Amino acid sequence: MQGIMYLGGISAIIFIIGIFVFIAKEGLPFLFGAFDLKEFFTSPRWIPTSENNPTYGALALILGTASVTGMAMIVAIPFSLGAAIFIGEFATGKTRETLKILIELLAAIPSVVWGFIGLTIMNGLIIKLFNVPIGLNVLNAGIILGLMAAPIMTTIAEDSLKAVPDKYREAAEAMGATRWQTIRRVVLPAAKNGLVSAVLLGVGRGFGETMAVLMASGHSINIPHSVFDSVRALTATIAAELGETAVGSPHYGALFTLGILLFIITFLINLTADLVVRGIRKK
Amino acid sequence: MFKATELNLRNEQREKRWRLLFLLMALLLILPVLIILILLVYRGGPVISWSFLFEFPRNGMTEGGIFPALLGTIFLVVVALVFSVPLGVAAAVYLSEYAPDNWLTRTINLAIINLAGVPSIVHALFGVGAFVLFFEFGTSILAASLTLGIMTLPVVIVATRESLQAVPHAFREACWALGATRWQTIRRIVLPNAVSGILTGIILEVSRTAGETAPIMFTGAAFFVPFLPESVYDQTMALSLHLYTISTQVTGVPEDLPFGVALVLIGIVLSMNALSIAFRVYLRNKKKW
Repeated sequence: MQGIMYLGGISAIIFIIGIFVFIAKEGLPFLFGAFDLKEFFTSPRWIPTSENNPTYGALALILGTASVTGMAMIVAIPFSLGAAIFIGEFATGKTRETLKILIELLAAIPSVVWGFIGLTIMNGLIIKLFNVPIGLNVLNAGIILGLMAAPIMTTIAEDSLKAVPDKYREAAEAMGATRWQTIRRVVLPAAKNGLVSAVLLGVGRGFGETMAVLMASGHSINIPHSVFDSVRALTATIAAELGETAVGSPHYGALFTLGILLFIITFLINLTADLVVRGIRKK
Repeated sequence: MFKATELNLRNEQREKRWRLLFLLMALLLILPVLIILILLVYRGGPVISWSFLFEFPRNGMTEGGIFPALLGTIFLVVVALVFSVPLGVAAAVYLSEYAPDNWLTRTINLAIINLAGVPSIVHALFGVGAFVLFFEFGTSILAASLTLGIMTLPVVIVATRESLQAVPHAFREACWALGATRWQTIRRIVLPNAVSGILTGIILEVSRTAGETAPIMFTGAAFFVPFLPESVYDQTMALSLHLYTISTQVTGVPEDLPFGVALVLIGIVLSMNALSIAFRVYLRNKKKW
């Protein structure tokens, strides 16, 4: 029996290696073929379907992803840390439980529904409020993504506040510090690592989100100059184009190469978040 | 007698202001969602009827119901669970009951975190490369469900591991003292005491799986299939993809129709989630140890 359970345990490792191997396998023919490292990272021209001169510049896509994720963090970081502080340090009893459950439900809303909300409700709202011709842009996708990333950030931030021993708070209060002084001078610095990893995981969520970004960001390949510009993210490009490519073609390989890039970036983000958290445990 | 000084009063004032600020931030996270839910019910509610739920889409998906998509989502979820629940529970039992604290266990934990963190579209690429092409399942329910199952595996593992670890160690020791083997202890004592916690995790996985779109787009779900799937090797429609299709790919869809689809989808997902939460709260209150 132990053997079977062991297999279950290492299956997680097998799958994560399998994911890398299989997307690398499909991406490699392109990487050793039409791929040009300099063009890939510096050219904003992603024209894979051009008949005589297809170019695979991912710069605009990378900046699209970065701008939407950045916007999302501007929304999510203050609100999720604020919510975590309220839930963890101020709220008690029923209020606290209710808030936690609501945040959990917030996390459950499927990304395609978020995308649909961006496409319909937010789109109209942004057009009306800011008097711009199109409401599907960095601002729209960023707000949607911020709301999507906030629950996980709140949960992890609250966990790390909870991990600060009560002794610290008692000591501060015995010195005459108010609740807020205690939070600011004692609890937050002590929970720093956990908060950093909460933000990192939020960034990871934003980076990898597909459907919501696909539907709410306007889907035009652009280097964004303002939050009202439409962009196209890495994930959205794969989702929009994979269905139209022939298996084995350079375009197909190029999309898998974007996948490799996404895999590596999110892997590094998760690894860093894990190391940062482990940093606190060691102390 | 103690009398509040000016400083005390000022601190108290300030304290109240901060408290209010943080409360507002928490509420501002939740408020948009409530508004969205109300809007979905308001606009999607009138669309929903028996014929909407149990008819095929008609006229290029601009009329009719969502039956094949609803059924497809159920198929996808069931096949994904058949694959991932046994695997996830086994993994959790290993991690909680057998695994020594060594590099392998740490690697497994890291792999689980990453499995949960890999973008859903990368899971989709993996599904295409591995199940659709390499194992030659084609675009089918089987390929899509395996992709979904692997993607949501961490949900089962984490929930199961937590409920296994919630069983007090004294239970195990008592059992070992009677001469039971490790596996006998797990089967007769640990698992029965953790089963409701595991169930909570499974319900949560159902909710996650039903809402996913990207991983099934290229592995087994199609925009429109005129018949119901007959085996796991058939393609199917799915609710989540259907919402994407009729709100972005099809022209001439009545404005309220996608709201109806969104409402059904979010209804399934949130009710599953609420069930899981209610179950968890009930268990916590019932717990004897």
